[in-house]
Amino acid sequence: MKTIIRNVAFGLLGASVAAASVAGPAEDRAAFQKFYENRFPDTPVDDFKNGVYSILPAAREQWESIEEFPPYELAIERGEEIYNKTFANGKSLKDCFGEDGAVRSEYPHWNKERGMVMTMELAVNECLEANGEKPLKYKKGAMADVTAYMSYNSRGQMVNVEIPADDPRALAAYENGKEHFYTKRGQLNFACADCHMHTAGMMYRADTTSPAFGHATSWPVFRSKWQAMGTLHRRFAGCHNNIRANPYKAQGEEYRNLEYFVTYMSNGLEFNGPAARK
Amino acid sequence: MKGQLLTAILAASLLTPVASADTIEKGKQIAWDRKKGNCLTCHMFEGGQQTGNVGPPMVAMKARFPERKALVEYIKDPTKRNPMTAMPPFGRNKILTEQEINLVVDYLYTL
Ligand code: HEC
Ligand code: HEC
Repeated sequence: MKTIIRNVAFGLLGASVAAASVAGPAEDRAAFQKFYENRFPDTPVDDFKNGVYSILPAAREQWESIEEFPPYELAIERGEEIYNKTFANGKSLKDCFGEDGAVRSEYPHWNKERGMVMTMELAVNECLEANGEKPLKYKKGAMADVTAYMSYNSRGQMVNVEIPADDPRALAAYENGKEHFYTKRGQLNFACADCHMHTAGMMYRADTTSPAFGHATSWPVFRSKWQAMGTLHRRFAGCHNNIRANPYKAQGEEYRNLEYFVTYMSNGLEFNGPAARK
Repeated sequence: MKGQLLTAILAASLLTPVASADTIEKGKQIAWDRKKGNCLTCHMFEGGQQTGNVGPPMVAMKARFPERKALVEYIKDPTKRNPMTAMPPFGRNKILTEQEINLVVDYLYTL
């Protein structure tokens, strides 16, 4: 009985968070972050960057011991090689992203000239293609490796996504991502918010769902279930599969806008990728 | 004796829709099957392993839903009672058939 009451109460809270949005992104973000701070009062705010481990003391110890011998270490090494490799035209990724590729906090951002959200993965491929190289696949493999290297060198940078006020299309992209986050979809009828907001911290079988505050800080991740690295859009697609919804294309407009929204919601946290996850 | 028992069973089956050991077992399988009801993802069921806690434990179902029809309708589309609920609309989205939902309800009434 207690659980029922709790669920209804959180449902209403979620609705009020969504409704508060009329006021604009800054107010959305304040309400969003407040929601998680109230719900998980024992979690220091800057710790939400650690995903589900920020709210699960029981699993945290094991995770910390995994992070001591990180399963993504090899990916960083492979990524470094890719990053430094000379292209056929004599250039390299360094010509696009600097000596060490520590550009994580520049993405995602609104590109006004092109009227679209730019992500780090998209920028990597555009750099490759502009130099006559073959683009990489977006969900795993070399793309996850090279962004693991770049994220690693960017650790400690702050999430600070902007929604420029002088371009209504940026706000529209944000609103599109936000709507995606709160809209139920798929045969199982779930919104991202159902699992990662209204029932965040509860158990689906043996899986506790993480707060969405902090969702975009730690990528790419090495996931035990994958036994490999994966990008944020790979994870989006995985969650869509779980609710029997058709996943969208990695780096297509829908997922880029969703990334724009969830990353903006985490403004003020640190980027700390790559990371290990269950 | 035998005749009396038979009459009693017949009378009972006329009063309530027939839930037999067979339909109860079938309902349990559907409720537990990860590809069907997968109810254990969110609800504690007696005897279930790795059950979630997103929804309330499945106990005392007759007391909570004295009316069978209300329970069937609830499982078909729980969003009618709470549009925000995390529980999937098993009937509306054709996750389970009407017949399967009725078997699940036979099982639920044993809890
Ligand atoms: C039915 C429940 C459910 C739904 C709906 C769902 N997820 Fe998840 N998600 C999970 C579970 C379980 C995990 C693994 C545990 C965790 O949260 O880290 C997860 C993990 C994630 C992670 C990884 C977090 C990390 O730190 O590694 C991200 C990001 C994520 N989900 C985003 C989304 C988005 C965006 C949507 C909607 C498009 C969504 N999820 C929908 C259940 C769900
Ligand atoms: C993904 C989560 C989830 C799944 C799967 C799920 N439920 Fe639920 N269920 C809930 C939640 C949450 C509630 C609480 C009511 C609400 O949210 O309004 C609930 C409530 C109920 C109730 C009402 C209890 C009461 O006393 O009011 C019944 C009955 C029920 N579920 C049966 C089932 C059955 C049977 C299945 C499988 C066929 C199932 N549920 C699968 C989440 C789930």
